[in-house]
Amino acid sequence: MTVGLFLGCIAPFRYPGIESATRQILDVLGVDYKDLEKASCCPAPGVMRSFDQKTWLALAARNLVQAQEQGLDPLTICNGCYGSLFEAAHEMDHDEEKRAEINEILKDAGGEYKGESNVRHIAEYLFRDVGVDKIAEAVKNKLDLKVAVHYGCHFLKPSKFKNIDDPERPTILDEIVEATGATSVDYADKQACCGAGGGVRAGSGSVALEMTRLKVDNAKAAGAQCIVSPCPFCHLQFDRGQKDLGEGYDMPVIHLSQLLAIALGIDNEKLGFEAHDIPVNL
Amino acid sequence: MADITPNPDFTREVIANGGETLNLCYQCGTCTGSCLSSRMTAFKTRKAVRMAQLGMKDQVLSSKDLWYCTTCYTCYERCPRGVDIPGVLFAMRNLAVQAGHMAEGHKRTSEAIITYGHAVRPSDKNTELRKALGLVETPPTVLVHESGLMDIKRIMCKTGFDKLIGKPIDLGAGAVLK
Repeated sequence: MTVGLFLGCIAPFRYPGIESATRQILDVLGVDYKDLEKASCCPAPGVMRSFDQKTWLALAARNLVQAQEQGLDPLTICNGCYGSLFEAAHEMDHDEEKRAEINEILKDAGGEYKGESNVRHIAEYLFRDVGVDKIAEAVKNKLDLKVAVHYGCHFLKPSKFKNIDDPERPTILDEIVEATGATSVDYADKQACCGAGGGVRAGSGSVALEMTRLKVDNAKAAGAQCIVSPCPFCHLQFDRGQKDLGEGYDMPVIHLSQLLAIALGIDNEKLGFEAHDIPVNL
Repeated sequence: MADITPNPDFTREVIANGGETLNLCYQCGTCTGSCLSSRMTAFKTRKAVRMAQLGMKDQVLSSKDLWYCTTCYTCYERCPRGVDIPGVLFAMRNLAVQAGHMAEGHKRTSEAIITYGHAVRPSDKNTELRKALGLVETPPTVLVHESGLMDIKRIMCKTGFDKLIGKPIDLGAGAVLK
């Protein structure tokens, strides 16, 4: 099935360069995609699910209904969007009682969820459907760069439902990054959270920041020149967070789509680095 | 430790709201040992689960610690008993919000979703950058599809989310919430 680009919130409204880079790499790699129209916030899993699970599920299911009506598999570019849509689809597909309850809410507010959604994350889509070899062949600008790969949380976990890679020692993202010629460095707490999730950034910013500090310090100690993540919310936390941490925090933060765009020879001016607080001078 | 007055109704409520696996926990502490928040704050995952099992309603619902979990799912991955710990925490957070405990930052995020259908507010500066990058000014989401935004408001009304966060929506007027 054709994939439908699900934008979410942070990419289009805070870091549009992530959206621009994504569209361009999909074109270069020959991926047939459309825009998923009429979508809303996924909604953000850590916050909305913490506040009211029924509202979270109804809003997420409404997005899945839009995709079904447009004949598209949602292609997410954010771990939060992926987490919400994937997990909502899982609940709707496996819990009949819940599905009936949510469909009653959606009756005059988005349409009926008819079942079996195939929610995709751009990193696993690139790995499984495009392939690392094809990406490597398309590289025009081989990167000589040491990268701290940050997986984030809702991309691979809960692994028993998502089944993408080992959540403790994954390699999928490192393999994509290394296809550009870059080196993925190992660093302490590589699998740890950026700190932003679960409403911690919005509700307890200083706690989130301490987790960000730990990750950036560890990446720096390992000799990384930049942080690459497949999630605009982690991206925002690392980028804005380092500005808040202040002196000595200047590690560029790059979304996976932006890194691939650089390697595929796409004009840097179309990657929106001016929205970043930490300058991207690579 | 302070006196504990167990409240089995609270435990049952947690179980009914996504904490079905709560009583499988045998308090080994693998969760706390795996948790970045537990490393850095007073939040301790094992303790939060124990408080749910004991039905310590008042202590749990007013607890700031409950909101330090980033929902990273590492505890869920590693739990030898397969307890859906994030599910237990979501259930307790939902009950805390119902009891009126919600951070200002969380109310703001919720209001943005009710108003725009998105968790962040679009800005002029961002729109200018979108144009410079060759993107459409406003992406084809509920922001340009009014009926979609009405869906969002209807859903929020039906689940009572608008009242939950103290921002009742008047659907009759079809008005944009300010």
